[in-house]
Amino acid sequence: MAVSAALALAPQLRIAPRDPAAETEALLGVAGWAAQFTPGVALEFPDCALLEISGSLKLFGGLEPLLERLRLGLREMGWSAALAVAPTPRAAYWLALAGKGEFFGSMAELEPALAALPVEIFCRNDETLAALEAIGVRTLGELRALPREGVARRFGQGLLDEIDRGLGRLPDPRIFFVPPARFRATIELPAEITQAEALLFAARRLIVQLVGFLAARSSGVQRLVLRLGHRNRAAIEIAIGLVAPSRDAEHFTLLLRERLSGLALAEPVRELGLQADDMVPLAGNNLGLLLEQGKPPGDWGHLIERLRARLGAEAVRGIAGRAEHRPERAGAIADLGVKQMQLDFGERPFWLLDRPKPLAEIDAVPHHDGRLELLVGPERIESGWWDGDEVARDYFVARTQNEALVWIYRERRGEGGWYLHGVFA
Amino acid sequence: MAGVSFSFAALLERPDIWRGGSLSRAGTPAVPSGFSRLDAELPGGGWPAGALTEILPAHEGIGELRLLGSALAALSNRGLWLAWIAPPHLPYAPALAAAEIDIGKIVIVRTATAKQTLWATEQALVSNACGAVLVWPRSVKYADLRRLQIAAEGGRAPAFLFRSPEAAGESSPAPLRIALGTAAGGLAVRVLKRRGAPLARSILLPAMPPAVRGNRHVDRHSSAAAAARDFPARLVHA
Repeated sequence: MAVSAALALAPQLRIAPRDPAAETEALLGVAGWAAQFTPGVALEFPDCALLEISGSLKLFGGLEPLLERLRLGLREMGWSAALAVAPTPRAAYWLALAGKGEFFGSMAELEPALAALPVEIFCRNDETLAALEAIGVRTLGELRALPREGVARRFGQGLLDEIDRGLGRLPDPRIFFVPPARFRATIELPAEITQAEALLFAARRLIVQLVGFLAARSSGVQRLVLRLGHRNRAAIEIAIGLVAPSRDAEHFTLLLRERLSGLALAEPVRELGLQADDMVPLAGNNLGLLLEQGKPPGDWGHLIERLRARLGAEAVRGIAGRAEHRPERAGAIADLGVKQMQLDFGERPFWLLDRPKPLAEIDAVPHHDGRLELLVGPERIESGWWDGDEVARDYFVARTQNEALVWIYRERRGEGGWYLHGVFA
Repeated sequence: MAGVSFSFAALLERPDIWRGGSLSRAGTPAVPSGFSRLDAELPGGGWPAGALTEILPAHEGIGELRLLGSALAALSNRGLWLAWIAPPHLPYAPALAAAEIDIGKIVIVRTATAKQTLWATEQALVSNACGAVLVWPRSVKYADLRRLQIAAEGGRAPAFLFRSPEAAGESSPAPLRIALGTAAGGLAVRVLKRRGAPLARSILLPAMPPAVRGNRHVDRHSSAAAAARDFPARLVHA
């Protein structure tokens, strides 16, 4: 019917032009996601993915659990789908087209159900359909009741072959879908989004698709790029780096949420894309045979990523030691996980001050919250004449009036003076 | 296959191989402190895992980290990570290494606000990815502590919160609270709160740095030379 007629019948109808390219991309995306359940994924354009699952049933715990996972995943990705199971791909396709969510394990069960299928499902030729209607054949069963030579003569051998393939009498070889090497997916948002947090909902769909894709390849990624498409401006890319490769949907969602919270969008976003380029082999987790008491040990890399996502990469660091006499260089903030060095110094305090603090000298005695009592020392450190950062100090361990132990030094260059450099916490 | 070295050990490290001999450790509920006199008074015989321990030093530098040194060394050498959240100064690598703490297992989290500190601590505890969590919160309320205690529960890490001595008067959900002072050249530990019967007396622990313990005087030779450089002799202690 014409669009105007449709609108007259249902004024709230939303009209959108068909986008075959987008439909193809969507189908490929679903196929890539579904490849985690079986290597045998075939496509039936424009909107069907065929999965050969006989080898997968045991691994996924039976037909019902497998179908449940399929339904759940498709729902999370935002698709509504009809599922059907049959011994041949063609029959499964027909059943799904017919909207019959039915599952047939054997031909014996299948044939009666197919008999009730309307002819429009498997016959696309309008002339043939008209002719079939003219002779009163409406279902597959009725068509099969006709003599084969007559059908072949009137409607062509092709129709018979089609039915035979569906019934498993003729082979129906398929070319299996090979997932692409890199992951690219985009969603056009139904309405423009102005708040970054709202993007998370749409991004979740892309994340589910990515995780399925990665599971199919037994891989993980260490870098995700989220693309925000605007109407007038160039797209913004948000890169998320991971400490260790992962394909954990919850973890990706958490990281994304931390990144998006507080992000101010200069322009409304109308399109969201996710891409991942470098896949890294990542096996699944082995469960221990005995259950751990309490919580299972968490993922260290995930924790670091979460902390960095919210606090910034600079806020989460490690420390490193160096074989350096100058105390401020012997220990410093550095990258995480530095290998332990053999360091052999004298007595050193647990805390080092960022900058040595000048101390008052009263009656030739250094003061810090009162008189300081020198306990151990002096340890003379003279070093650094070669790089211009010369140090000449006498270090002491001193006790404060409060019975705390501190590390102080007497500057031997220039004007001298006492300084506090560390605390023996 | 000439020239290809095959490492059996590397093969066993593969994540898709399950080894029947690796039983999951039942998990001790406490981490020994290394001071037998203290462990004897702590429920579980050490720092409680999966729970908050408040440490209230009378002053910074009394020995609050020396108290933990042994436990931190043991945890880090078992391959577990130590998270230091909002520390007041830089943890000094040579000192940590001397205490046999694996500095490669230390992560420092520097936060800008008290809220960030609490959030980071909660994350570290909930994740159960650390061997120990040390935090210097600027200001905490009872509700915050309760939240952290819940986050810690079920995990394997002891969580150490360093607070000022005034906090001793406030109520806290932490199952273990310790005030630190000094006495007779050692560390005086007062257990303010613990699971079970309260402890009246202080525990005296030898926790002085070795140099101070063994050599409690200023080196005479150097002081003589230093005196020549305008360093008053009366500062030298015998």
